[in-house]
Amino acid sequence: MTDESTIIDVQGLVKRFGHKTVVNGVSLKVKRGEIYGFLGPNGSGKTTTIRMLCGLLRPDGGSGVCLGWDIIRESTQIKFQVGYMAQRFSLYEDLTVKENLDFIANLYGIRSRREAVDRAIERIRLERFSNQLAGTLSGGWKQRLALACCMIHQPKLLLLDEPTAGVDPKARREFWEEVHKLAGEGITSMISTHYMDEAERCHRLAYIAYGNLLTSGTAEQVVAGENLTTWLANGGNIHALQERLQGLPAWDQIVPFGNTLHVSGKDAETLEKSITPFMAAGYRWTRTTTSLEEVFISLMSRAGGD
Amino acid sequence: MTLVRIFSARRLVAMIIKEFRQMRRDRVTFAMMICIPLMQLILFGFAINSDPKNLPTAVLTADNSPFSRSIISAIQNSLYFKLVKQLTNETEAQRLLTLGQVQFVLNIPVDFSRKLIRGEKPVLLLQADASDPAAVSNAVAAIRLLAGPVLERDLKGILGDLRPGFTPVDLRIHPMYNPENITQYNIVPGLMGVVLTMTMVIITSLAVTRERERGTMENLLTTPVRPLEVMLGKLIPYVVVGYLQMSLIILAARVLFRVPLEGSLVLLYSASLLFIGASLAVGLTFSTLAKNQLQAVQMSFFFFLPSILLSGFMFPFQFRYSF
Repeated sequence: MTDESTIIDVQGLVKRFGHKTVVNGVSLKVKRGEIYGFLGPNGSGKTTTIRMLCGLLRPDGGSGVCLGWDIIRESTQIKFQVGYMAQRFSLYEDLTVKENLDFIANLYGIRSRREAVDRAIERIRLERFSNQLAGTLSGGWKQRLALACCMIHQPKLLLLDEPTAGVDPKARREFWEEVHKLAGEGITSMISTHYMDEAERCHRLAYIAYGNLLTSGTAEQVVAGENLTTWLANGGNIHALQERLQGLPAWDQIVPFGNTLHVSGKDAETLEKSITPFMAAGYRWTRTTTSLEEVFISLMSRAGGD
Repeated sequence: MTLVRIFSARRLVAMIIKEFRQMRRDRVTFAMMICIPLMQLILFGFAINSDPKNLPTAVLTADNSPFSRSIISAIQNSLYFKLVKQLTNETEAQRLLTLGQVQFVLNIPVDFSRKLIRGEKPVLLLQADASDPAAVSNAVAAIRLLAGPVLERDLKGILGDLRPGFTPVDLRIHPMYNPENITQYNIVPGLMGVVLTMTMVIITSLAVTRERERGTMENLLTTPVRPLEVMLGKLIPYVVVGYLQMSLIILAARVLFRVPLEGSLVLLYSASLLFIGASLAVGLTFSTLAKNQLQAVQMSFFFFLPSILLSGFMFPFQFRYSF
């Protein structure tokens, strides 16, 4: 048994589908009240890992505890204290908001069901839609309803699998406000996402690619760990500049962002040497802090992906 | 600007190619397209028999004479009747008929030969189970033809004058259970089975598949709900629906078609639970096998076709070949 403050503590999780190893020895440690970001390219094993944590899938290897219960032997107990939100909307579209909540509350055997449903509706401000069919809600409201459903039994841990995919920025912001509020109440969240701005909203991050955990830590630690130097160039024809720079050594990524070209590399000295000739050629160069996106692309290309 | 043609063979070909490619991917659908005609062929070709022979028959006779023996062997030689029992007890004969162990009871009265010889045209009674009229009609037609000529051989010598152009016996046929041969009496109760199989199998086969297709199964699995609870929860509402359908059909049968209802209603309802339960279980099995709702419906039809064709609802339930 690990100490009280550790919610998830798993070592060497392995999952194979046929001959394909989808998760290859992933170890994670998540503390109470933390918002843990889970990042990685499509098909990297994020969903599979989350599904193993909540007892939907049985790991082929590895061990660990989630909320103090063994993830292999005691997955039933875990289910009572975990709220899982699947990648796609997985509630009944032909039931109303209230009926959906009522159904889930009943499955969890909540005693004062009506109050629990009303509380959930109030919390996410769904009163207006409570008698509307879930299928007729907009994307943002559907996602709120899904959050309300996985919160109804007052879980200690939320496992949210790409909860904000296809949701507009305002709804996304409100969603994150809610998650932070929950974190303040001591509820731990593990969220997988593709959005870098969301990654930065997490207390800690893990990056997984092709089933391997590549890095984890706070956003700053992750950025520092990759040790990239990034320069911005603007003014002049940046596309011509991109082509010419590609022939030179020491760059890892050259990405145009509108009128700016982002150039990053691991070897700071050689990179500076490579760009020096273009300093005078009408381009303005500024050294900047490396962003998470550049770090992740660098990690991913090193992991052998494309 | 290029002119957009109203009909383009190329676009049509593109559509056709795409359709074939998708067909190839969906193995189950493709297999069904091959298997259903094959199954129909086998069923129609071998199993379905609109001219059933060797129907079980009991002979009730106290008249052991050459005449009655001639009649008995004649009806057997027609191949339509198969003598399974020779009885002397009237109640036993009725019991066999009621149980469906025999489809005919041929009643040769005690004084048959005496009356025959005296030219009194004795009565020969054939009781037929007309609850399956298609099965017995040909046999009935055969015995009508037989009754006269069969005794010709025995009626010779001084009895010869009883012969030509005159039927020596008075053959009476009693179609039991549906003496007026009212089609509704057969169709309406049979429809109960058809409706129940159809809705029970199709609806449940969609039940689990729909949950999976819409992604709601995933959500369900993360809750503490147990597989048995999910399965029973899926089936029980349809048991209720099944009973509702049954009651509706029974009501319509009584009120609309005036089909008489003999026997215990409670027994009918409790025995139907088995039928409903079995149909639902078949549907549930399909729903776990099918990848999508289309496949689930196809599987149901795959089941439905032989189940209807072999049920005796459309064709008499008698095999040409005994398996």
